[in-house]
Amino acid sequence: MNKRQSILLQRTYLILVFCFMYLPIAVMIVFSFNESKSRALFTGFTLDWYKSLFHNDMILSALGASLVLALISSVIATVVGTLATIGINSMSRKSQFIINNISYVPVVNPEIITGVSLMLLFVFAQKLGLGGEGGLFGWITLLIAHITFNVPYVIFNVGPKLRQLDPSIYNAALDLGCTPKQAFFKVIMPQLTPAILSAFLICLTYSIDDFMISYFNSGTMQTLPIAIYAMTRKKVSPEINALSAIMFVVILAIILISNHMDSLQYKRTQSAVRTAMTEEGNKA
Amino acid sequence: MLKSKTSRWAAAPYLVWMGVFIVVPLFIVIYFALTGAKGSFTLDNMAQIGRYSSVFARSLILAAEATVICLIMAFPVGYSLSRLRVNKQHIMLMLVMLPMWMNFLLRTYAWMTLLENNGLINRFLGMFGIGPLQMINTAGAVVLGMVYNYLPYMILPLYTAMTKIDDSIIEAAQDLGCNTLHTLVKILIPLSAPGIATGITMVFVPSVSTFIISRMLGGGSNLLIGDLIELQFLGNSYNLNLGSAMSLVLMVIVLVFMSFTSSFDESEMEGVM
Repeated sequence: MNKRQSILLQRTYLILVFCFMYLPIAVMIVFSFNESKSRALFTGFTLDWYKSLFHNDMILSALGASLVLALISSVIATVVGTLATIGINSMSRKSQFIINNISYVPVVNPEIITGVSLMLLFVFAQKLGLGGEGGLFGWITLLIAHITFNVPYVIFNVGPKLRQLDPSIYNAALDLGCTPKQAFFKVIMPQLTPAILSAFLICLTYSIDDFMISYFNSGTMQTLPIAIYAMTRKKVSPEINALSAIMFVVILAIILISNHMDSLQYKRTQSAVRTAMTEEGNKA
Repeated sequence: MLKSKTSRWAAAPYLVWMGVFIVVPLFIVIYFALTGAKGSFTLDNMAQIGRYSSVFARSLILAAEATVICLIMAFPVGYSLSRLRVNKQHIMLMLVMLPMWMNFLLRTYAWMTLLENNGLINRFLGMFGIGPLQMINTAGAVVLGMVYNYLPYMILPLYTAMTKIDDSIIEAAQDLGCNTLHTLVKILIPLSAPGIATGITMVFVPSVSTFIISRMLGGGSNLLIGDLIELQFLGNSYNLNLGSAMSLVLMVIVLVFMSFTSSFDESEMEGVM
């Protein structure tokens, strides 16, 4: 097999795999505009499913709950996680090893185990009388569960960044008259900010997307994935197609924008480097 | 730097949190698994699991099938992606990750509509006089759902491992007389072993513990471990003790599996997150 044939074969294969990955999504988007409830025959164009989706109180309130939950849990997880990273960093190697390994548990454990183990904890707490008449399950349990699975991601995102920092920069700040506090907030924090921000975004997406862990700890509360699950149990509901189409477009837009910003950033640094280099050249 | 005794206290809130919400729940699972409804020690729950051995076997077999299919499908993808020009690689990676960002319930639902008896695929086959085939509510549909949902988790680590393989190594092997098969077996597979190990873990663990895919695509007849556990905790056969025992067994299965795959490479997990 010569090189050109091999490349042709690879391209064809890639296209086939991408078809496999995208065809189901494409079908959903097409059928979100379908007039009848049929999921196999396209009978005519309509936007009715989108309209009824936006009048579906269950979906709207679930979306609201998901967003609020994601925002609060991510903020708390980011703060707690960042503080933890700083604390862990100044511990002995042995304690670091132990803490990191325990933090890995929610990351590597099957989600269903994390879900039921937290549920058991809350059931246990209820037996002890916590939560009173209405029981514990609802906002508070969801919030605890989401923070619990989010904090490790913050630690594993910010930790490597903190270890990479050059310790002499901090010491230089101290030598130049900073108090340790000032040195931390003016020198260390700005360098950690990108990692903290990306950890925060990861938390947001995990939190909005989570079904398995929320499912066991939500009580009667509905987050968006739980509402979607309830809809899929009803067999025929074309509103799901409309919801999928909207989500796909939103995700695509976010990815394209962030990609565009990255490339802008890249071009800016490139041109800055180039001007710096030509200036150097002019001097010489 | 920053290694003062006082800064250690910054970790205190997390350590408390970790203790209460990560460590304690695991012990409560063990406690529930080893006690009866009245709270006295018993091994009944563990003994009862024997009755469900067929479900456990089915979970392991279907998850293993899905993992093997993912590996075979993803290996050429990872290789082709890693040989593209860098700017093309970025676009392709985006395309691999995009479906991952869709909620997996929606992705699975999409297949539900495709595989139905009067769904799109059967209509299509019907035009050629084939079928209708029974596709939904079969074990095959469950494996398909697993492959579809977790394929990106196999492609990404394979791709990462293969970007580290230099073209010249492959060319050298070919110059020294390796044919395609030899290059694959002696060069590509050993050098991407860490990626293979990570990919296998990341597909097998969620596959073996799922309950959504089996419920949506497998009908009532393809129960998996996840379905059993869900039934004990939130379903009709409410029995927290038995459910905990099942969770404990699942956890042990996953741990044994991971200690096996992680022996290939321990640092790789960090790259995935």
